[in-house]
Amino acid sequence: MLEKKNVESDIIVSVQNLKMYFPITSGIIFQRHVGDIKAVDGVSFDIQRGETLGLVGESGCGKSTTGRAILQLYRPTDGTVNFEGSELTDLKGGELRKMRRHIQMIFQDPYASLNPRMTVGSIVGEPLEVHRLASGKARKERVRELLDIVGLNPYFINRYPHEFSGGQRQRIGIARALAVEPAFIVCDEPISALDVSIQAQVINLLEELQERMGLTYLFIAHDLAVVRHISDRIAVMYLGKLVELTGRAELYAQPMHPYTQALLSAVPLPDPLAEMEREKKRVILQGDVPSPSNPPQGCNFCTRCPSLERAKQEKGIDCHTVEPEFREVESGHWVACHLY
Amino acid sequence: MAPLLDVNNLTTHFYTQDGVVKAVNGISYSVDEGETVGIVGESGSGKSVGVMSLVRLIPTPPGKIVDGQVMFNGQDLLTLSKNEIRAIRGNKVAMIFQDPMTSLNPVLTIGRQISEAVELHLGMDKKQARNRTIELLELVGIPSAADRIDNYPHQFSGGMRQRVMIAMGLSCNPQLLIADEPTTALDVTIQAQIVDLVKRLREEIGMAIIWITHDLGLVAGLAQKMIVMYGGNIVEQAPVVDLYKNPRHPYTLGLLASLPRLDEDRPKKLLSIEGLPPDLVNYPQGCPFYARCNYRIDKCADTPPQLKEVGVKHKVACHVDVQTAKWTTEHPYEEFNLM
Repeated sequence: MLEKKNVESDIIVSVQNLKMYFPITSGIIFQRHVGDIKAVDGVSFDIQRGETLGLVGESGCGKSTTGRAILQLYRPTDGTVNFEGSELTDLKGGELRKMRRHIQMIFQDPYASLNPRMTVGSIVGEPLEVHRLASGKARKERVRELLDIVGLNPYFINRYPHEFSGGQRQRIGIARALAVEPAFIVCDEPISALDVSIQAQVINLLEELQERMGLTYLFIAHDLAVVRHISDRIAVMYLGKLVELTGRAELYAQPMHPYTQALLSAVPLPDPLAEMEREKKRVILQGDVPSPSNPPQGCNFCTRCPSLERAKQEKGIDCHTVEPEFREVESGHWVACHLY
Repeated sequence: MAPLLDVNNLTTHFYTQDGVVKAVNGISYSVDEGETVGIVGESGSGKSVGVMSLVRLIPTPPGKIVDGQVMFNGQDLLTLSKNEIRAIRGNKVAMIFQDPMTSLNPVLTIGRQISEAVELHLGMDKKQARNRTIELLELVGIPSAADRIDNYPHQFSGGMRQRVMIAMGLSCNPQLLIADEPTTALDVTIQAQIVDLVKRLREEIGMAIIWITHDLGLVAGLAQKMIVMYGGNIVEQAPVVDLYKNPRHPYTLGLLASLPRLDEDRPKKLLSIEGLPPDLVNYPQGCPFYARCNYRIDKCADTPPQLKEVGVKHKVACHVDVQTAKWTTEHPYEEFNLM
């Protein structure tokens, strides 16, 4: 795992200062623009070829929006997304469609992301048609091959999505993404809708495929244990901003940001004895995530942060007014907090 | 001392157009006073239907409690009249559900919904009920409860709504709280808040809890006794430490092995349980886990195993002793040629 990172250091996707605001309008005929929901508010990171970057955070923190804005499924408000040297935010129409051959997405909900009126064959075969990669007999052959790759019986080609279970549907979604032989795949919570015993099957499949085809993943999830398992590096997001980004071992051994620390300590372990120990040290955050339409002044975590006093005493900084910079405090360990 | 709740051979089926769905197939367990029991299982394992049957909240038809006995405080809940069971629901037995968004009435204020139960079961007048409601909201940690009591559900966040549901559940000092995946729809940091709250309240009020979940991690620090369900049956039942340290059913073993863990590195390839849960309409003749089991032997195909004692309060339904047995097959599901 770690070797892979060291050997290859070429960057496949580079995101700089990505912002995605959704306008809030008021009025019936004249839609006045009265504010913005700052779903993603200035996010920067690089993804290296062949690695899996995990993106974690709670619901509403903007992690899915980040994934979609990278793929240009939403046109970002500001910022750049560079994929293998070409600037995606500048591409339009046909050029963008051509580029999508190389970047694909696997969606969260295997029930909503497959057209119920199309057969498995036409769902998986459609990208081949759109990108004119194969037609007729060759296409059918390729679809069978793809189904086989994701562990489905090629004999299912003429069935409809409702005939499959959640885990099998997710495999169909993966086959569709693989059809165009992409280099980079955004996996948007691909296992959250699945049962525990099925989740492991899909995680194993994704890892096998990565090894076999040299894929790069942006793996979006809220389950920290799963992200630890699958990722090489992990980025933690809170209220539209990255708060911490580092290698997976470092993140779990030495979380720096108070939010990361609280998040890790909130995850229960399947081990009653260890839980008794952790119980005593558990950090329980008070309150809820603030609204992204009206984020707090200063550090966006200041409304729930247990370390405000410490920052004031040690650094003399008032977190309610000064926004921390997202910077590299140790080699490869980025954090946005005044404490470091 | 007799247990608070004693469930015997509870069986619930649904009569649908496609056939009889055998959702719960003869489960037996007991809950002592003040005890917390965790029930884990995947979707379709019968864990929710099992507890909904306890208080007869199964839509009939199509559902029907076919067999069984549910003794609560010496009364069989399954033989009570409609009015008698209604006096127990929400009173001595309280429930909180998975989705706090849909289990609250959007057109009534929070205060109205909580005080309804208090007025009905405890016979308080409007003013007493209102004061009691404010007390309850403070108990579950809602800030400025006296003002928030007149708010509507949409003015609360998900975590806050679940607190309201808990306040409602606790309004009549229940002896038993049934929590059906109460934190599944919530974020981890909010989940930690709710679990912490329930633990505190358990100590203050001394109620027994049945906590249903699919998350093996969540109940590890909460329950004293664990029940694992699969295909409408209890496959394993044990004190909490025993279940995690010394699982005796191949399904429990598989579940624990397939979880990525926060505190340790798992081998790159997770052990996964192949295949799918059983079809509850064409229910398998033998062991429900047969098709996915790495340890299966010939006997498992036609003889369903019974729950039997294997240790102190540790029961398991399996023909094989997983502690000594070896895998008999590497890819059980492939033989069925269904993948």
